[in-house]
Amino acid sequence: MDADTGGGRLAALLSGIVTGAIRVVDLTVTLDRRTPTIVLPPELGQTWPFRIEEISRYDMRGPATYWNNFSCGEHTGTHFDAPIHWISGRDLPDNATDTIPPHLFFAGACVIDCSGDAASDPDYLLTVERVEAWEERHGRIPARSWLLMRTDWSLRADPVAFLNLGEEGAHTPGPHPDLVTWLIEERDVIGFGSEAVGTDAGQAPHFAVPFPCHHHMHGTNRFGLPGLCNLDKLPPQGALLITPPLKIRQGSGSPLRVLALVEED
Amino acid sequence: MTGLPDSPRRKDPTRRTRQPVTPPGNRSREGYGLAAMAAAGRFALQCCASCGHVHYPPRQVCERCLGDRLEWRDVGTGGTLLAETTVRHANDLYFRERLPWSLGLVAADAGPSIVAHLGEGCARGGRVTMSLQIDRAGNAVVVAAPENGAPADDPRLRELVFDPANRRALIVDGATGLGRSLAEALLSAGAREVFAGFARPWIRSPDLAALRATERVTLYPLDVTDTDSVERLAALIGDKVEILVNNSAHVRVGGAVDRRDFNITRQEMEIHYHGLMRLAGYFGPVMRARGADGPWGAVAWVNLFSAWALANNPVMGTYSASQAAALSLSHCLRAELATGGIRVVNVFAGPLDDEWHQLVPPPKLTPAGVAARVVSGLRRGLEDIAVGAVAEEIVQRLAENPKEIERAIRR
Repeated sequence: MDADTGGGRLAALLSGIVTGAIRVVDLTVTLDRRTPTIVLPPELGQTWPFRIEEISRYDMRGPATYWNNFSCGEHTGTHFDAPIHWISGRDLPDNATDTIPPHLFFAGACVIDCSGDAASDPDYLLTVERVEAWEERHGRIPARSWLLMRTDWSLRADPVAFLNLGEEGAHTPGPHPDLVTWLIEERDVIGFGSEAVGTDAGQAPHFAVPFPCHHHMHGTNRFGLPGLCNLDKLPPQGALLITPPLKIRQGSGSPLRVLALVEED
Repeated sequence: MTGLPDSPRRKDPTRRTRQPVTPPGNRSREGYGLAAMAAAGRFALQCCASCGHVHYPPRQVCERCLGDRLEWRDVGTGGTLLAETTVRHANDLYFRERLPWSLGLVAADAGPSIVAHLGEGCARGGRVTMSLQIDRAGNAVVVAAPENGAPADDPRLRELVFDPANRRALIVDGATGLGRSLAEALLSAGAREVFAGFARPWIRSPDLAALRATERVTLYPLDVTDTDSVERLAALIGDKVEILVNNSAHVRVGGAVDRRDFNITRQEMEIHYHGLMRLAGYFGPVMRARGADGPWGAVAWVNLFSAWALANNPVMGTYSASQAAALSLSHCLRAELATGGIRVVNVFAGPLDDEWHQLVPPPKLTPAGVAARVVSGLRRGLEDIAVGAVAEEIVQRLAENPKEIERAIRR
């Protein structure tokens, strides 16, 4: 890197990407009609699933053009949760997709591999102790970085297995309530990311503070990044995440393309 | 001696599929009165309000007293066969394919002499029972069969009804009590195979589980809000569906003024109106093309509507409106499928006894009860079927005074 010339840093970044010294990892699931969205009691308001209608495909409706109309809820597939998504974050400044300062869409990522735990216990909760043990090996979580919980949940291609609904709600892994407040108070993370349909565990509605990851993260103007995939392709520390949501006026979130930059050894 | 094979054979791929043709013609404005009676399975003729004379065929004024108030009244179905003839030559394509064809003149007990299609076994001078049926062109015809005679499986008269026996049916939503009951009723009626759709595989449904364990039932993913899903299933089984039963429903409470929620209203339209659109667009063309595909070709498209499709219930105002939209679309579908001889049958049901009508006071309908009426309606060749006291009353009072029923419902 040439630190003496003003344009050197970006040129070095670009050069790294072009030469492959910096790998770009796509952490995004494909938006598809089968992409599951959160399941709520049917009498409550419902999010729209992803749906697509062809406008034309080089045919009488548009001889030279292929394009579609699509519709979906803000929280569909790999998506960004803005603080305004939760009642605890509704009065915070710059809390919506259109007002969050754009530099916050670039942050480092720490990835904790919980795939073995989630395989044996779908209700697995990531604890403070577990994260501290991870820090012993990989170093302290830097302030203003993402904590991403790898569970390999995104490998569940069947929506039934992905949602994993039982008669007492969803059984999907997530953070322990104590971990959420610890990550905020002790580590000052920018947000929490996961592979499941939401950042909170499937049984989180029954915690003392329901949906603690939503309640506390958004209540302190932090973000959520559920529906991720390819977390197995990231190092425990050192990846750079790019996470700009669509600029929806007063948007509570949006589907987005999450890219990670990883320096090759 | 019906000439039918015992059961459907597999299609011979070297033969051109026979194209559907329909019997001739338009009827007079009065003539369509007969179609209305036939659609509901009634045997009703015009009766003069002044002198009581009973007419056939329908007229504008009484042939006896010239009175102009002719009212449709149910009359006795009995009669005596005066004369019969067998047509052995016809230039009309429909009858030409079906020769010989028996016609007869029946002296109806109600008064008039009626030219009727004759079922097998009618003898000159013998007693017959008549019914009004809708033919493949959508017009009313009178059919006479021997009184007390066993209903013969007459291949010509078979075209007037939609017997599920030996046919394959698609139930659009198999994950509900109604879907399950429809499948079971069709199987009991001899359906060869039932395809049952389910939209959301993660919703636990005891009804779907029961169908999964039922012989001659196959389950398929089908979400009528998803064009791709409908297209995929039509590509898979579209050319095997002889009876399509659209029972998809999205029952929600709310009106126009006090609920500013357009997500719900959009979902209602997606399922009821656009859902029917998608099914029509992908299953309609192949069904229409198979209207003459052997003795068990495609025959009927059944829509299960709420009785509130006919008259808006403000408690479920937007639901009612989306049902009415679908009802209007079904009339378009009926016209478009008629060229293939496919009948669109609309069922209007009162509230079901299910979780979405928990607070609705009785009378409420059981899924099995509705399904039984659907199957009997198919066998009788009906076009409009009102199921239950609520639906029957709405149909009747709409004919008398639409304003009265509009106001009565809101009370």
